[in-house]
Amino acid sequence: MTSSREDLASTEGLAGTEDTAGTEGLAGTEQDQPGWIGEALREHAEHQRLDVNAGGRRQLPLADREQQVLDRIDRARRRRPRVREERITMSHGAGGKATHTLIEAIFLDAFRNPLLEPLEDAAQLRIGASRIALTTDSYVVKPLFFPGGNIGDLAVNGTVNDLSVAGATPKYLSAGFILEEGFPVADLARIAETMRDAAAAAGVYIVTGDTKVVEKGKADGCYINTAGVGVIERDSGAALGVARAQPGDAIIVSGPIGDHGITIMLARGELDIEADIASDTAPLNGLVAGLLDAVPEVRALRDATRGGVATILNEIAKAADVGVLVSEDDIPVRPEVRGASELLGIDPMYVACEGRLVAVVPGEQADRAVTALRAHPLGEQAAVIGRVRAEQPGIVQLKTAFGGTRIVDLLVGDPLPRIC
Amino acid sequence: MRFVDEFRDADKAHALAAKIAALCEPGRQYKLMEVCGGHTHTIYKHGLEDYLPESITLVHGPGCPVCVIPMGRVDDAMHLAAQPDVIMTSFGDMMRVPGSQGSFFDAKAQGTDIRMVYSPLDSLKIARQNPDKRVVFMAIGFETTAPSTAMTMLRAAAEGLANFSVFCNHVTIIPAIKAILDSPDLRLDGFIGPGHVSTVIGCRPYEFIARDYGKPVVVAGFEPLDILQSIYMLMVQLSQGRSEVENQYSRVVPWDGNIVALKAIGETMELRPYFEWRGLGFISHSALKVREKYAAMDAELLFEVPGVRVADPKACQCGEVLKGVLKPWECKVFGTACTPETPIGTCMVSPEGACAAYYNYGRMNRQRVPEAAEASRS
Repeated sequence: MTSSREDLASTEGLAGTEDTAGTEGLAGTEQDQPGWIGEALREHAEHQRLDVNAGGRRQLPLADREQQVLDRIDRARRRRPRVREERITMSHGAGGKATHTLIEAIFLDAFRNPLLEPLEDAAQLRIGASRIALTTDSYVVKPLFFPGGNIGDLAVNGTVNDLSVAGATPKYLSAGFILEEGFPVADLARIAETMRDAAAAAGVYIVTGDTKVVEKGKADGCYINTAGVGVIERDSGAALGVARAQPGDAIIVSGPIGDHGITIMLARGELDIEADIASDTAPLNGLVAGLLDAVPEVRALRDATRGGVATILNEIAKAADVGVLVSEDDIPVRPEVRGASELLGIDPMYVACEGRLVAVVPGEQADRAVTALRAHPLGEQAAVIGRVRAEQPGIVQLKTAFGGTRIVDLLVGDPLPRIC
Repeated sequence: MRFVDEFRDADKAHALAAKIAALCEPGRQYKLMEVCGGHTHTIYKHGLEDYLPESITLVHGPGCPVCVIPMGRVDDAMHLAAQPDVIMTSFGDMMRVPGSQGSFFDAKAQGTDIRMVYSPLDSLKIARQNPDKRVVFMAIGFETTAPSTAMTMLRAAAEGLANFSVFCNHVTIIPAIKAILDSPDLRLDGFIGPGHVSTVIGCRPYEFIARDYGKPVVVAGFEPLDILQSIYMLMVQLSQGRSEVENQYSRVVPWDGNIVALKAIGETMELRPYFEWRGLGFISHSALKVREKYAAMDAELLFEVPGVRVADPKACQCGEVLKGVLKPWECKVFGTACTPETPIGTCMVSPEGACAAYYNYGRMNRQRVPEAAEASRS
């Protein structure tokens, strides 16, 4: 009975209630029940024991008790991720917490090696004397054609961008097509032409490919998978990584955020909202080259795709174990995107871009980096949106335009259908 | 952006914060309840508590539509959704609410046909497109969403659509507020009244709160300045010893409500003798059911609904949180066993839920603005 008495003590200390009946339930019957509730409670009991071992003080002042709970949550969040669901749900593809958990618990666990472990957008490889970056990506966007582009240029640009933010000069791409029986050949030709033009614009070649056709109903028109190879020519490119972020660094975005995601949501026509916006899909290799030439000290680059800028900021905070503080007033968002977001109850910070990057640079280099980005047509509205700091490691905070502060966490699940 | 930025002006907020701080009597603690989950969301999303001195505590009330749905009701809905030829349609918030066997999302992953809609009218569209299926709309919410369900039913009746029905879980706000006022373990000083509900029912129904319970009520809008101004109006009433119903959201809320909407609800729905609320238990005359005249659209009559009562997990303290007795973080399982990814209680599900709002936005050390910090020290 010792353990249940300890549970009781720590529970009172935390909640300050006299609800002993509930605590007994926690220690006894409910933990034994099968299914997700029992499982969650068993894990919880484990944490309570940790709390007690770590001091287990009772009836602390209110603010201290709140802090104790915050610390406990922090510990819970650093646990090894585990997929609880028995089946894949749409949340696993939404780019938020569920996606991260799936990647770390299933794929990283199975494939673990030092090249994969950083979980950057592209892997860095050495072949002979050359430094190579390799990436792969799949595209299942719906609708296939949307204002500003289609699945074809999205695929080429997305692959080019994953290589670019890894510090590589993109060179060669592959393109694999999964086509649904009945898909119009004219549409496929349009997609291929767009890919040709996008590859030419980015200075890359599509050098190998694959085609599969599946029965009607087994896919949604056309899916594209790509791989990309680039050469890492600069030492500054080889060193990039979000784990290098340090207190005092500046965080920069290269332009207005959320254009692509909002465009796709509206293009689906389910919301009956019309706005004059187009996807921002674009190749970032020129922009990145200009930035790295001007500021070789850049610490990290990421393209803000699925999960938006908020997800990148969380990846920085987690990988480097630093705090991140950004200011809502400084984040560029087009009025059309803001308007649609307000109507839909969506935060633009979580909305996908396909031609925007987030850069972490040493604080004293911030102005030079912004100047370099603004010199390129894709970076005209580049802006410093916040700073890396030592306080509150692992947590991203936003100074709201209203003047308050709040946390910007990873998204739990995307309530909206797939967007890239 | 026009009509938005004006209501998020930081300078005006600082001025209001100073006026609010000046009204705090030294040594006195103030507990104000925002009834509506939309307000909870705004408060956290904009970091509004940074503008309040320590002596003012905002207590998050029961006005989050999905938070008050009991587990048994979710199980009933899952049972309905699993019937042959049924397409269940639901608002997005509802998709992650756990029943004893998981959520709509889990059922969907296992092949049950559950579709997310943005408006109940979308369910009608699905019903028209699938004449060989039976389309059920999972109707939830307070008086805010009830009119849209009512209008959808009227439209379905006018079209003679035979394959559309409603699983009615609409609840009414006044009995819930009364239950909280009668709860012995809670002391509140005033209410920030629900804005959206009031656009339908008006301000008159709150008069008993001011008259019989001596608590001021200010019906508030949903932008952060709306809420800050409402807190100021409550503090003015408290400092003058008044308790009245005031309307801060007069740009939207008519004093007598929306008669057309009320008529539509009255035409299609009637009060249930009682309804179970998550954490609050059974409250009499607190929910709506489909009127007999529209029995052909009442999923509870068309299908066999098990109506099993599932006790909330004992460790879950949603009830205390909904009543405002506990702050979200004071719940035993908050943040460890119960998180937005794996919610045990409904308060952790909806972005309007007090626990989800605190977990997602407020899990940090608060830094008050100078005006509020000064009042906190004195």
